[in-house]
Amino acid sequence: MFVPFDSTMLLAILPEILLVVLAGVVLALDAAWQPEKRRWLGWLTVVGLAVAFILTATVSQPESEPRLLFGGMLRDDWLSFAFRLVFLFGAAITTLFAMDHEALGRKGEFYVLLLVSTLGMNLMASAGDLIMLYLAIETTSIPLYILAGFITTDDKSTEAGFKYLLFGAMTSAVMLYGFSLLYGFSGETNLYLLAGKLGELPMPALLGSLLLVLVGFSFKVSAVPFHFWAPDVYEGAPTPVAGFLSTASKAAGFAVLMRVLLAAFPAALPSWQGLIALLAVVTMTVGNLLALAQTNVKRLLAFSSIAHAGYILIGVVAVNAAGMNLGMASVVFYLIAYLLTNLAAFGAVATFGRVSGSDEMDAYKGLSRRSPALALVMLVAFLSLSGMPPFGGFIAKVFVFAAAVEANWIWLAVIGVLNSIIGLYYYLTLLKYVYLYRQDNLEEEQKPLPISRPYALALVLLVIGIILLGTAFNPWFEWSRTAAASLF
Amino acid sequence: MDFGALLLTLVTFAPLLGAAALLLVKPEQKNALRWVALITALVTFGISLGLLAIFNPADAIRIDLPWLSVAGWNVHYHLALDGLSILLVLLTTLLTPLAILSTWTSVEDRVRQFMAFFLMLETGMLGVFLAQDLFLFYIFWEFTLVPMYFLIGIWGGERRIYAAVKFFLYTMAGSVLMLVALLWLGTQYNTFSLPELIAQRANIPPQAQTWLFLAFALAFAIKVPMWPLHTWLPDAHVEAPTAGSVILAGVLLKMGTYGFLRFNLTLFPQASWEFSPWMALLAIIGILYGALVSYAQTDAKKLVAYSSVSHLGFVMLGLFALNQQGIQGALLQMINHGLSTGALFLMVGMLYERRHTRALDAFGGLWKVIPVFGTLLLIVSLSSVGLPGLNGFIGEFTILLGAAGSDALGNAWNQIVTALGVSFIPMRSAGGLWFAGFAALGVIFAAAYLLQMYQKICLGALKAENQNLKDLSWREIITLLPLLVLIFWIGLYPKPFIDLIAPAINQMLGY
Repeated sequence: MFVPFDSTMLLAILPEILLVVLAGVVLALDAAWQPEKRRWLGWLTVVGLAVAFILTATVSQPESEPRLLFGGMLRDDWLSFAFRLVFLFGAAITTLFAMDHEALGRKGEFYVLLLVSTLGMNLMASAGDLIMLYLAIETTSIPLYILAGFITTDDKSTEAGFKYLLFGAMTSAVMLYGFSLLYGFSGETNLYLLAGKLGELPMPALLGSLLLVLVGFSFKVSAVPFHFWAPDVYEGAPTPVAGFLSTASKAAGFAVLMRVLLAAFPAALPSWQGLIALLAVVTMTVGNLLALAQTNVKRLLAFSSIAHAGYILIGVVAVNAAGMNLGMASVVFYLIAYLLTNLAAFGAVATFGRVSGSDEMDAYKGLSRRSPALALVMLVAFLSLSGMPPFGGFIAKVFVFAAAVEANWIWLAVIGVLNSIIGLYYYLTLLKYVYLYRQDNLEEEQKPLPISRPYALALVLLVIGIILLGTAFNPWFEWSRTAAASLF
Repeated sequence: MDFGALLLTLVTFAPLLGAAALLLVKPEQKNALRWVALITALVTFGISLGLLAIFNPADAIRIDLPWLSVAGWNVHYHLALDGLSILLVLLTTLLTPLAILSTWTSVEDRVRQFMAFFLMLETGMLGVFLAQDLFLFYIFWEFTLVPMYFLIGIWGGERRIYAAVKFFLYTMAGSVLMLVALLWLGTQYNTFSLPELIAQRANIPPQAQTWLFLAFALAFAIKVPMWPLHTWLPDAHVEAPTAGSVILAGVLLKMGTYGFLRFNLTLFPQASWEFSPWMALLAIIGILYGALVSYAQTDAKKLVAYSSVSHLGFVMLGLFALNQQGIQGALLQMINHGLSTGALFLMVGMLYERRHTRALDAFGGLWKVIPVFGTLLLIVSLSSVGLPGLNGFIGEFTILLGAAGSDALGNAWNQIVTALGVSFIPMRSAGGLWFAGFAALGVIFAAAYLLQMYQKICLGALKAENQNLKDLSWREIITLLPLLVLIFWIGLYPKPFIDLIAPAINQMLGY
C-alpha cells in the first residue's frame, strides 16, 4: 500500500503545487502592481484556478488502485480527486463573485487567503494520516477565519470572524484530543493502519474517541449541536465568503468525515450509524425549523445549509460495510449538487446585495420585475435547494433517500422527506417576495438591477450545472460512485 | 425509433419548446406572444390527434430508453399511450389551447411569463399521463406544481398568494411519502418500470402492499381531492385566473384519479380490494358534502369549485367499485368533468370579465340581454347535472351501475351487516346498491345547486347595471364550441370513446 518516493507522486499533488504557485504569483503582483491594475488580480486567480482545474482533471488522475503517498500522509484515490476538482471549481466561482465586491475585489490578500484555504481543503480530502489531517483542517480554517472577518470596517463582519475563530478553535481542540486518544490507544497515526489496532479496543474507548473526533467534523459541516456559529458568521461575513463557507468548506468536512469513519472505524459501524442517524435527524429538523423564522436571506441560507448537512448525513448513515450500495455515492453526488446550488443562491444574494445594499427579505419584493434574469437564477437555485425536479437538488435528495430506503433506514428517509416539506415552505417564502409581492409604489421597472460580467458568467455556469445534474445525471452519478468506491 | 414513439416525445415536449420560443419574442408584443402560445398548443393538439389516428386500443404506443442505470438502479425514459391515458391526453391538449384563447383579453400583465408557465404546465401534465416509469412519473408530477404556483400566485385574485402557497404545500406534502414508496419499490425490485413492477406485484408482501397503497393514495387523494383533504381546492380554484381554474379542474385533478387508476389499482390489487369500501365511503361523503356546500355558495366560482369535490367523488366511487363498468364510467366521467367544469369556469370567467364580480346576487335576468350566453350556460350546467342526452349522464350512470354491481363493495357491506348482527337490514349479493343509492342522492343535489345558480344568473329580474352587457364575442364562442360539441357527442353516442378505453380496462382487470 505504501509507495516509495518517485516523481509520479509530484503529479499526484499537482493541484496543490499549482495552488501554491498561483498564490505566490498573486501575492507578488499585488505588491508590484499599481492600485488601478489590481482589479485584474481577480481574473488572474480565476484563470489560474481554471487552468489548475483542467490540468488536474486531465493530468493528475489517480491510478486505479488507491495509493498512500509520502509515507502515508496523503492518499491518492478517486475520492480525493473528485473533491479536489469540486474545491477548485468552488474557489473559482467564489473568486468571480468576489471580484466586483467593493471590499474584496482589489485586495490581493483576499485571493491569497482563498487559495490557501482551498489548498487546505484539497489536503483534507486526501489526508491519510491524523497529523496531515489536523494540519489540513487548520490550513483550511485559519484563512477562513480571516476571510469571514475581512471587512474590518464592518462590525458584523469582524464579529463573524471572531466568532468563527472561537468556535473553530474550541472544536478543533476537542478534536485534537480525540486524535491523541486514538494515537494513545493504537500507537498509529495513519488512518488505514488505525483500523486494525482499533478493532481490538473495548467499545466505550472506541466510541469515546470517535465522539471527540466527531465534534470537530460536526463543526466543519455545521451539524447540530455545533451549528451555532453558522447563522451569525454567514450573516456577517462578506457574501461570497459565506457562500464558500457553506459549500466548499462543508464538502471538505464531509470528505474527511466519510474517510475517517470508514477507514478508521469500520469496527464500530453499527454504533456510529445510529449516532449519525440521530445527528442527521436533529440537524435537519433544527435547521429547518429555525429557518422558518428568518427574515434575513443570508441567515435563512445559513439555517438551510444546516438542514442540508442533515440530509447529507442520511447518506452517510446508509452505508454498508461492503460499500456496494448507494450510500456514499449519494453523499458525493449530493455535495456536488449542493455546491452548485448553494453557490448560485449565495451568488444571487451577493449580486442583489451589491446593488440594493440589503439582505432583508423585504428588499426582495418585486425583484422579478426589476431583473427577470436574476429572479430566474433565484428560482432555479431555491427550487433546487427545496428538491424540485428537474434540478440537481431533486436528484441529489432522491439518491440520499433512496440510499436510506435501500439500506432499510426507511424511517430516516420518511423524516427526511417530511423535513423537505418544511424546507419547501421557507424557500417558497423567499420566492414569494421575489415573484409574487410587489414594492409599495409599484415602480420596480424604474429601479433596474445591473448584473456585472463576472457575476453573470458565474451564475450562468451554475444554472447550467444545476440543470445538467438534474437531467443528464448518469455520468455524474457514475463519477460519484467511482469516487465513493475508493473509500472502501 | 418508430413513428409513434417519436410522436409521443414530441407531444410531451412540444409545449416546452413553445415556452422556449416565447423567449425570442419581446415582452411588449403581447399579441405575438399570445399567438405563439396558441399555435404551440394547437400544434400539440394536432400531434395528439396524430397519435389518436395511429392508436390501436388493444396495444400501447410506447417509447422506452434507458436513462440512468447504476447500482441496480434502472430509471428509464419510458412513455406509453394506452387506453387509460389516451382520453386524458386528448383532454389536456384540447383544454390548453382553449384556456389560452380565454386569456386573450383577460391577461395583460406579464403575458410572456404567463404563457411560458402555461405551456410548461402542459408538458408536466402530459408527462404525468404518459410516464410509465415511476421515477419519471414523479418528476413530471412535481414539475406541474411550480407553473401552477406562479399562475395562481401572480395572476390570481385577491388572496392569490395564500392560495398559491397552500396549493403548493398541500400537494407537495402529499407526494413526498409517495416518493419514499416508489423508492422502496425501485430499490427492492431493481426497476422503476411500471409494467415490470406489475409483473412482479405478486412478490410484494401483503403488509408492504398496505403501506405502499396508503403512501400512493395520500398523494393522489390530495390531488383529487377526496374529502377531508379537499380544503386547498376552493382557495386555489377561486383565486386562480380563469385559464388556471380551467386547467386545475379540467386536468390537474384528474392526475389524482388517474394515479389511483394507473398505480394503486394495478400495483396493489389486494390492498385496493381491502380498502375499496373505505375509499367508496370517503367518495360518497365527498359527493354529498361537496354538493351541500355548493348549494350554500353565493360566489359562482366557488360554487363550481365545490361541485368538483362532488363530481370527483363519483369518479372515485367508480374506480373503487373495482369492476369493468365502474372503472369505465370513472374514466369517462374524468373526461366529462373536464369538459363540463372547464366550460363552467370559462363562462364564469367571461361573466367576471364583464362585470368584475362573481357574486350570484349581482346578476339575474341575463337571458334577456345576453341570450347566447344564457343558452350555452344552460347546456353546460345541465351537462354537469347529468341530464340524459348530455355527457354527464353517461358517466355517472355507468359509475352507479358499476358500484351497484360491485363485488368488492357488496362483500364489504355483507361483512358489516354480519358483524352488526342486525337481521332487518337486507343482506344481498348486491350490497353495492347501498353505495350507489347514497351516491345517487348527489345527482339530485347537483340539479339543485346548478339550477339554482342558473336561475340566479339568467332568470328573474334584470338589474340596471347589467343592462348593457355585451353578448359573447366570436372568440368566446369559438372557445366554448369544441367543449359543447363533445358534451353532445359523448352524451348521444359515447361508443367511440368507450371503444378507445374498454380494451385497456379489461386487460387491467385481467379478463
